[in-house]
Amino acid sequence: MSFVPETSARWIALAATLANLCVALPLWWLFDPQTSQMQFTEHVAWITAPPIYYSLGLDGISLPLVLMTVGIMPLCVLASWNAITTRVRGFMAMVLVMETAMVGVFAALDFVLFYVFWEAMLIPMYLLIGVWGGTNRLYAAIKFFLYTLAGSMLLLVAIFVLYYYGGHTFDILALSQGTYPAQLQMWLFLAFFAAFAVKVPMFPFHTWLPDAHVEAPTAGSVILASVLLKMGTYGFLRFSLPMLPDASRLFTPIMVVLSIIAIIYGAYMALAQVDLKKLIAYSSVSHMGFVTLGLFVLNQQGIEGAVLQMVNHGITTGGLFLCVGIIYERTHSRLIADNVGLAAPMPQYATLLVIFALSSLGLPGTNSFVGEFLVLVGTFSWSKIAAAVASLGIILAATYLLWMVQRVVFGVPSPHHLPNLRDLNQRELVTLVPLVLLIFWIGFYPNPLVSRMHQSVTNTLASMSREKVAPTAHPSAGGTAPLLVDSDEQLEIQGESR
Amino acid sequence: MTDLLIKLIPLFPLLAVILNGLVGRRYSHEVAHRLAWGSVGLSFLCTISVFVDILRTGTPHEVIAYQWIFGGDLTINLAYLVDPLTCIMLLVVTGVGFLIHVYSVGYMHGEEGFTRFFTYMNLFMVSMLLLVMGNNYVVLFIGWEGVGLCSYLLIGYYYDKVSAAKAASKAFVVNRIGDAGFLLAIFLIFINFKTLDYTKVFAQVSELSPEMATAIALCLLVGAVGKSAQLPLYTWLPDAMEGPTPVSALIHAATMVTAGVYMIVRNHAIFDLSTTAMTVVGIIGGLTALFAATIGLVQTDIKRVLAYSTVSQLGYMILGCGIGAYTAAIFHLMTHAFFKALLFLSAGSVIHALSGEQDIRKMGGLSSKIPWTYRLFLVGTIAIAGIPPLAGFWSKDEILAHAFTHDHYLLYGMAAIGAFLTSFYMFRLIYLTFYGASRMDHHAEEHVHESSTVMVGPLMALGVLSILGGFMGFPPEHGWIHEFLAPVAGVGEGHDASTGLVLTLMMIATGIALLGWGLAHYFYSVNSSMPDRLAAQFQAAYATLLNKYYVDELYDLIWVEPLKKLGYLLDWFDRNVIDGLVRAVAQLADLAAAGSTWLEKYVIYSGLNVIGYGNHLAARQWRQLQSGMVHHYAAIIVAGLFLLAVIIQLFMQL
Repeated sequence: MSFVPETSARWIALAATLANLCVALPLWWLFDPQTSQMQFTEHVAWITAPPIYYSLGLDGISLPLVLMTVGIMPLCVLASWNAITTRVRGFMAMVLVMETAMVGVFAALDFVLFYVFWEAMLIPMYLLIGVWGGTNRLYAAIKFFLYTLAGSMLLLVAIFVLYYYGGHTFDILALSQGTYPAQLQMWLFLAFFAAFAVKVPMFPFHTWLPDAHVEAPTAGSVILASVLLKMGTYGFLRFSLPMLPDASRLFTPIMVVLSIIAIIYGAYMALAQVDLKKLIAYSSVSHMGFVTLGLFVLNQQGIEGAVLQMVNHGITTGGLFLCVGIIYERTHSRLIADNVGLAAPMPQYATLLVIFALSSLGLPGTNSFVGEFLVLVGTFSWSKIAAAVASLGIILAATYLLWMVQRVVFGVPSPHHLPNLRDLNQRELVTLVPLVLLIFWIGFYPNPLVSRMHQSVTNTLASMSREKVAPTAHPSAGGTAPLLVDSDEQLEIQGESR
Repeated sequence: MTDLLIKLIPLFPLLAVILNGLVGRRYSHEVAHRLAWGSVGLSFLCTISVFVDILRTGTPHEVIAYQWIFGGDLTINLAYLVDPLTCIMLLVVTGVGFLIHVYSVGYMHGEEGFTRFFTYMNLFMVSMLLLVMGNNYVVLFIGWEGVGLCSYLLIGYYYDKVSAAKAASKAFVVNRIGDAGFLLAIFLIFINFKTLDYTKVFAQVSELSPEMATAIALCLLVGAVGKSAQLPLYTWLPDAMEGPTPVSALIHAATMVTAGVYMIVRNHAIFDLSTTAMTVVGIIGGLTALFAATIGLVQTDIKRVLAYSTVSQLGYMILGCGIGAYTAAIFHLMTHAFFKALLFLSAGSVIHALSGEQDIRKMGGLSSKIPWTYRLFLVGTIAIAGIPPLAGFWSKDEILAHAFTHDHYLLYGMAAIGAFLTSFYMFRLIYLTFYGASRMDHHAEEHVHESSTVMVGPLMALGVLSILGGFMGFPPEHGWIHEFLAPVAGVGEGHDASTGLVLTLMMIATGIALLGWGLAHYFYSVNSSMPDRLAAQFQAAYATLLNKYYVDELYDLIWVEPLKKLGYLLDWFDRNVIDGLVRAVAQLADLAAAGSTWLEKYVIYSGLNVIGYGNHLAARQWRQLQSGMVHHYAAIIVAGLFLLAVIIQLFMQL
């Protein structure tokens, strides 16, 4: 990237992201939904002692997230086409580094590899905000960096502790099958929590998010909202739940309460915002509350809803941030008060914005309804009161989103901005329409998506209660197979290293 | 064959939505409106065919389109159930819907967003059809939210009007409160029955404990109260009149707002288990019927009077549900759809004739200028007032009679007073609009004209239905509709009242209606200074009614404003307390780092100082967040990597 001229950087980045999408897309059909085993695995020795592998694979939980990531990236490149005018080459390079790291996080099956990708995301994101961001970009970038770095340190410690207690391996699958003392689980859970809760972000670790969003360029916001926030919830699901089942159960009430606070609190905060990006940032806090809620009620509906909601939030909030970026390019303001009455001058834009808003507030027929419905069903069987309070979030979501639409779409545009309010051009349509199609597809026919994650979620739940269930007696026998394979390998590895 | 037709019913309007919505700009308004009403007409024809089949065989049809959501033990299909209850709803929705679509072609002629209007109307039809056809609660809920969305879009149709945008948001948000209740009911049903299909739920409904039945029924009621604009969530409906008049007729009178009634009747098996819930339903219905009628007495906007009368009439239906008169409630739902659609569309014709004027104080003497509109409005008024033999009489009287014969005397009293008030304010409308001297301004007066055939035609059809529709329920309690609905709504308990009592009650009801007419005649024709004198004499009461009991202001005060203030308060809290804590932690780290720096400088003098230096740098960075020296971060990363390398080295030796 650094050897190409500035002018062709955009095209090369677009080609690279599209090529990535073309490579990743067939996985959707090649994926076998009947098994919970890792598929498309890659297993190469990287460092022999301690045994660290370049080990990748996808299951029903990571597949949708990887596809969402590679799907979002071309849109990010397109959204930055005219918005980024300085150091285009560097910008596009950072976006591509981001993509590598993010896909790596979702696909890594080795804990050290995971950590490398995890940390590798930090630097390009820091630069995206700090170099191409708004006026207060450095404050936001450093806040983002330090917040997440603090959490990551504890994650690293936890990884090493697990290495010792889990039989001297960094293999995520093997570590997921091990059992750890209850006391230790508690400490590890807290260490994981520090890393993941900041990323989600869960209340009260969310204050970096609005600042980061407001200052980040559009593509940065989209990557942040669509993909980066999912890292935290993915971490909970991939590590905390299967590796630390006892601690997860122990902390469930706290996690549920924090999630519900996030749902309500984020919604209230969104209500008070006058800046479109901040409004959507706080709505993310609220929506991610639904995801963590679904994860920690620890049942099939809750977790499936949560995974679905991760994808949904990526699509819908990504779309909303793209919309804000588009209007910012025209009026150079993100304030609601400066962007009013868009329905008349920009009918297509207004239509799409309303669709994204409706999806975000969970209207049936759109993607978010399916996810939130599953999460709430799952929550309801855990605690009626929790579900009832979380349902308030649905009312509040309607309030702040429709109030936003009321102010932005309806009314009469200010004559000052009117000459600049051109409707969407071809490029902008191309960035938004695929997301709209996905919204309706998941809204009306989520079955293909849900059926692909079904076995993996079942397997996660089974591994949480493995002490009680004999491996052969469980209906999803596929879930136990990796245990044998991996522990064999693990023995070999240990044999080698001694 | 019937199964295919059932699948086709919601598909026709959906096709029209897709065509008009995506490529509607490419062709003329002529094509767009033909697609719109044509698709609804086709749905209506399919409905008739399905109806005839069910009439002949008597068996309900259950059709699965596809599997929609599943997770764990939860499976939800997009599936339809067409039984007699759904049949009645389908006939009303597609029939009245078709007429209103045709009327709209004339009413909306020349509007800028003509195609957009019909796209939303068709989308509404799709949602409403899903609502009444779904075989499970989730499909009902899709329709339920879908009609709310279309209501939102159509109230806000004139998007440059700020009042319209506000009314639209208000409608949606108030409805969402109800929807949350409905959603909770769905979850309760799911955890109790492990299924959400009506047939499976109702088959095992008897296993439900009375407490649980009460809880489910009350949650469902919250949903119904929101959608059917009952106390205390009715405030959105009068504001919803900001939308074009055909929208008021179709969505805010004939179909969507009756969804709550449909939902309660559909779930009557659950409501029947709980006396508490039934009592609450009855009281809410009765109070709403009376309360809204009193507001209707003094309003001056022709559409708002009709809106409050809608709220009041919906109250009658809910009251009917509360006393177990489910068939009567559906019967009234149907006749109300006829005469209220007629009234709204006629009112639209009046407004059209007067170039947009809605204030009845600026009308008068229109009967000779727009004779057909006048005659049809009169038919609607007689029907809603409950004067035999028009449609409204039979259905309303049946609810009243049922209340009386089943010993709900209080509810009967409320309903009877409400009926009197209804008759009064509806005839007040007639007198002020069509009789007496003209109070129009000259500009409007010059342009007064009767509406075109495309508008008057549907009015006539609705007029005929408003006159004859009541005979479906004749004789009372044993009419055709009672037998048709018996398998779904259940047959009322024996308890047959004597013919004498029934006739007496009918005569009382007629007397009440005529009394209302008489009083309106006295006030607005014989002694027309009377209303002003009364208003002056009872100023406080008059002002209270005129301002709708200040309920909107009250809600603003106790709900909307605190909500906003809490938002701002939390925003302050977030910026100062939570973020302040973060900064405090940073400063603490700064202090600790200073300490460790000292320690490192004077105590430890070894390779470890690399770590200390990194730490020190980090702390300084926290302090200088604003200055942002990026290169220091590079140093931290290097230090971190070094640390990592050291740790890995240590492990290798272990």
